[in-house]
Amino acid sequence: MSAPPVSPRPHTPSRFRLPRPRRPARPWRLAAEAAAVVIALVVAFPLYWMVLSAFKPEGEVQSAHPRPWTLHPQLDAFRRVFVQQDFGRYFVNSLVVAGAVVVLSALIAFLAATAVVRFRFRFRTTLLIMFLIAQMVPVEALAIPMFFLMRDLGTAVPGVGLNTLGSLILPHLAFSLPFAIWMLRGFVKAVPETLEEAAMIDGASRARFLWQVLFPLVLPGLVATSVFSFISAWNDFLFPKSFIISATENSTLPMALLVFFKPEQNDWGGIMAGSTVMTLPVLVFFVLVQRRLVSGLAGAVKG
Amino acid sequence: MARDIAPAVAGAEQPPGRDARPARRRLRPAARGNRPPAGRGPRHHPGWTPWLYLAPALMVLAGLLVYPVYQLGLISFLRYTQAQVSGGRPTEFIGFDNYAALFRDDQFWQVLLSTVLFAAACVLSTLAVGCSLAVLLTKVRAVPRTMLLLAALGAWATPPVTGSTVWVFLFDSSFGPVNKVLTWLGLSGFEDYSWTYGKYSAFTLVLLEVVWCSFPFVMVTVYAGIRAVPPELLEAAALDGASTWRTWRSIMAPLLRPVLVIVTIQSIIWDFKVFGQIYVMTNGGGIAGQNLVLNVYAYQKAFASSEYGLGSAIGVVMLLILLAVTLVYLRLLRRQGEDL
Repeated sequence: MSAPPVSPRPHTPSRFRLPRPRRPARPWRLAAEAAAVVIALVVAFPLYWMVLSAFKPEGEVQSAHPRPWTLHPQLDAFRRVFVQQDFGRYFVNSLVVAGAVVVLSALIAFLAATAVVRFRFRFRTTLLIMFLIAQMVPVEALAIPMFFLMRDLGTAVPGVGLNTLGSLILPHLAFSLPFAIWMLRGFVKAVPETLEEAAMIDGASRARFLWQVLFPLVLPGLVATSVFSFISAWNDFLFPKSFIISATENSTLPMALLVFFKPEQNDWGGIMAGSTVMTLPVLVFFVLVQRRLVSGLAGAVKG
Repeated sequence: MARDIAPAVAGAEQPPGRDARPARRRLRPAARGNRPPAGRGPRHHPGWTPWLYLAPALMVLAGLLVYPVYQLGLISFLRYTQAQVSGGRPTEFIGFDNYAALFRDDQFWQVLLSTVLFAAACVLSTLAVGCSLAVLLTKVRAVPRTMLLLAALGAWATPPVTGSTVWVFLFDSSFGPVNKVLTWLGLSGFEDYSWTYGKYSAFTLVLLEVVWCSFPFVMVTVYAGIRAVPPELLEAAALDGASTWRTWRSIMAPLLRPVLVIVTIQSIIWDFKVFGQIYVMTNGGGIAGQNLVLNVYAYQKAFASSEYGLGSAIGVVMLLILLAVTLVYLRLLRRQGEDL
């Protein structure tokens, strides 16, 4: 997050020296800054500990005297995770599911957002309210009917039934669409309407305008939206847990991590290595798009 | 996190910034809803085009959201256990029997109470931490601020599953650093203390993790809200000799109200639905189900004991509670003049 300078207040002429209500006196500010640094370290500590434990030799992880550093970093835990637990495969599965959800929901939401922003038609407001309500539906409550739906779908359409990656993509598509549409509204609104008129006058068809003019302009918004679809698909373990019953080769990362996570005889080094592998892509994604994320949120906020 | 950050910002409304939009809104209350089409654009006779664009979205939502909600309601009125699923016995319509069984069950009321109290504790702690840190952010210079924002971004991005495994490890009875530090501080009761054994200590552990990964959203949103307050207003208040308390009460509070409404409602919705953290950290609901919340309870009833009808009834109860919260949210949004 880019850090803006402290309160950009207008400079007042020196003869009107105003009391400064928001800037505390010096010792207080130093105390506040010290507190901020300490809190930042505390907040970051769990992540630090996760990465540290992944690199520690096994004896140091399972030690009665844990130290916040290690002198012998090694990749043993990662080797266990990738070789014995086949995390590579689950990683790819997770990527496929999240990627499919991102691409499909972006395309479908783009069309829908264009419809609700660029046209006035009956039931438009009703639809918008429905989209808002749909965001609140608890995913977990729907796991039961979804389970039977996927079971029945599987007999009709191979590739989306239980035990397939398709059964993980479809529910997430449905759950990420309403928010994606809401968020994209702001971006579509921001494209001036005169552009559409100009394109029409130049003889562009509606479809051509949609894909060659509007789509590239809305792309930053699509990227911001995709973070949320990506995260919800990447993080979820309820659907793989319920739907992937026998075909464990189609499982995803969170499930693999949970299988690995045994309450009594934990291989903590391995679990922390697996957690690191699973957290890293999201962190990288967040950092890469954080600028756009902020502007995206602002876009959604201003609607 | 959007893990559930997502819906958060959806209807979000920034506090009135410098662009004087709220004033315009107040002048044109009729503007919300159906605004007349602007210009001579193609919108005059949209015909079927918008529906064509909406078709894929509506198809997906109808098939994968509306239909399952309908099914959920339907199953909650059926006797639906393993026997019916495998086709051994016909499904049977039993009216409100599932609900009656549920409401007679002491465990259900216990779980409902835990859910409400746990969600309330999570919401209050998240809001308290998030808002105080947002205020703290406005008082410090760039370097500490960036550090805090980066750390928060990291916590925000952490998936609930990995966040849970890490926190369980941090609080592990024999290898976790937290117990060591507490013992070192002289609290000898924490030597080899098992956080997941007792009901309240397990809930506390989950609460800490939930607050850790959800305060960043509140902090960043409220911080953005505070920064959007026009400095002229604060200057004017200072010029009039208003005390800090008075400034907060009469200027900041009303301007930040919309932001606070959003983060509060969103937190209620997320914390009511906590699933991953409870499931992972207490190993599926704790010893003898002492740490169950509605969500996990429904899942366990349906998938662990194959009581699909009963599980669906719990799902319906949850859906209704969240729907009520959503309606309150919509009302508040409307009152603020959110333009759909």
